[in-house]
Amino acid sequence: MKLNRFAQSGNWILDRFPLAQLWNDHMAHYYAPKNFNIWYFFGSLALLVMVNQFATGILLTMNYKPDAKLAFDSVEYIMRDVNWGWLIRYMHSTGASAFFIVVYLHMFRGIMYGSFKQPRELIWIFGMLIFVCLMAEAFMGYLLPWGQMSYWGAQVIISLFSAIPVIGDDLSLWVRGDYVVSDATLNRFFAFHVIAVPLVLVMLVFMHIVALHEVGSNNPDGIDIKKLKDVNGIPLDGIPFHPYYTVKDLFGVGVFLIFFTTVIFYMPEMGGYFLEHANFIPADPMKTPEHIAPVWYFTPFYAILRAIPDKFAGVIGMGGAIVVLFLLPWLDRNPVRSIRYRGGLYKKALLLFIISFVSLGYLGTQPATPTATLFARIFTAVYFGFFLLMPLYTRWEKTKPVPKRVTDHHSLLEDIEEQLPLIIEEMTELKPDRPEIGDAAFRGSFYSRRAKLGGVRHVATRLANSIKKSLD
Amino acid sequence: MKTFTNTLLLLLLLCLSFGAHAAEQVELQKANINPNDKASLLRGAKHFVTYCLGCHSAKYMRYLRIALDEHVDEKTVLRDIAPEGASIYDQLKSAMNKHDAEKWFGTQPPDLSLISRSRGPDWLYSYLKSYYVDASRPFGVNNLVFPDTAMPNPLWQQQGEQHAEIRKTIWGGHTELELVKPGVLSEHEFDRMVNDLVNFLDYVGEPEKVNRESLGKFVLLFLLVFTVIAYLLKKEYWRDIH
Repeated sequence: MKLNRFAQSGNWILDRFPLAQLWNDHMAHYYAPKNFNIWYFFGSLALLVMVNQFATGILLTMNYKPDAKLAFDSVEYIMRDVNWGWLIRYMHSTGASAFFIVVYLHMFRGIMYGSFKQPRELIWIFGMLIFVCLMAEAFMGYLLPWGQMSYWGAQVIISLFSAIPVIGDDLSLWVRGDYVVSDATLNRFFAFHVIAVPLVLVMLVFMHIVALHEVGSNNPDGIDIKKLKDVNGIPLDGIPFHPYYTVKDLFGVGVFLIFFTTVIFYMPEMGGYFLEHANFIPADPMKTPEHIAPVWYFTPFYAILRAIPDKFAGVIGMGGAIVVLFLLPWLDRNPVRSIRYRGGLYKKALLLFIISFVSLGYLGTQPATPTATLFARIFTAVYFGFFLLMPLYTRWEKTKPVPKRVTDHHSLLEDIEEQLPLIIEEMTELKPDRPEIGDAAFRGSFYSRRAKLGGVRHVATRLANSIKKSLD
Repeated sequence: MKTFTNTLLLLLLLCLSFGAHAAEQVELQKANINPNDKASLLRGAKHFVTYCLGCHSAKYMRYLRIALDEHVDEKTVLRDIAPEGASIYDQLKSAMNKHDAEKWFGTQPPDLSLISRSRGPDWLYSYLKSYYVDASRPFGVNNLVFPDTAMPNPLWQQQGEQHAEIRKTIWGGHTELELVKPGVLSEHEFDRMVNDLVNFLDYVGEPEKVNRESLGKFVLLFLLVFTVIAYLLKKEYWRDIH
């Protein structure tokens, strides 16, 4: 049979490039555990946000001017005179914060379900490198609008290098390219933000995914699904990534975009968290703002820096807070992966860690008062305690037996979906009213549209109970 | 485990509710900002050109943009709002130069294009209403919201003279302003004037705001439909998984 031209040219490519094999290896025949829950959306969402940052970033560079005299004006030019410039800019600025929200949740998922443990240590390391890259990218990008907070934030952070003994001053001078943050700094940060760091980022994301697809995805039960396979060698608890998880992630994308666009269109500054108020004032090297705070995603580390009295020790503390994360696969000595089967000791430690991380984040946005510093010190101790004491307490904890197959957890959404029609029915169904004695003879039953309170309450209680059950 | 995630969310919410702003000493009065109130914006533009433009620019704004955004004839804008001799394509730039400004006021008055985004409309509204007589200052006035401000009260004729009175309570001292000498405008008229001015400054801070918010509805509506369809598609595909 003669193939048509389209199929012919398709085959011409397939003979020379393993597209079909790539597609099968990573999508159609990549078997992922079937019990992914809501926490597993954030990986694909991080990829989506990255694509958003690339697309909007490229568009922004077309009108942005990396020049200390023009930068601030060019951003306002984009916001006012460039067609749809405001949308592109808000997508980029909101995307930066969204990137960190998504990545923090993605990392927390990894910690919670033990995704960093053997054999996925390298995935975790690549992921951490991505996180470090992301911080560099965000830090350098934040200088570009050349507002007061851009300028002084960069000034404070770069001056941290000068705390390093012996080479410190020369090093910070080398980073800045000048004695203060200036046009030279802006230009090099622009180069790094637009070319160097994104290239590294893409490479790392590629390696992160390749490493993941080599060993396979973890799951909320922390079970190795490759242990139990059917006759065809397909994991019993595995389903092909495409189409099952592609359609599921599509739904996740929808939900994420609803939140994302709500911020873009209705609260792009997010109350001064995503776009700081002081950054609407052009950078002025002669005027220090009264309160310098980095953007929210750096504040936990900034709080650790401020909590430690000595500047150099503070820098070490801040760096250490990130370095300990790299060591996580070797600090956690417990072979059980998922938090579902781990002991109460670890659960409590993790809860304390989350409380301290969030509190440090909050304290980092606030001016350093003596009380705030005291709390920051306590939380810093808890933060490091969680990691450094891990080799001890993970040995002591009493774990539960891990099942052989993944468990079926009823999802919240399914519960709501089951109960919703019942509630609607109770609210809207026409019920015969109690017939009045005299009228009943010739009018029959009389219909009214009224909800029966008892019924609604009954259904609502049932829904609440099932939600509670699913939470337990 | 899931109760655990819930505790987390709760904590996050608690943290966010504290807000980014540190507590300010003076309680700010709320400005009534409505970017759809074209009459108020035009009155505000007029006040801005009359009372602010002498010293402050709003260089990211052009008279043309006001005409286009508020659907007013260009000639009307030139006649009613713009200063004598301005072109419709001109930016709202002050005629005062830096050298003079520094000689007269000690500092160059800032550009006001983005002042509403850095300070917030409530701050501006309160600031403009909080001048009081203080003989120790070079211009004879001081400000409660911005102590030792370099700007004299530009609206003193309209507002009149306010005096500061310190009331001592068990919670400590607190200053109240009292109108001693009434101005050209009544208190109510003056409030409206300041509000129009702040409304205009807020519009100048982000002229696209009205467009942005009206477009948002359609985007969200589309995404809601998209999400519902995506959910149904997911359910259809996942029918056989259990």
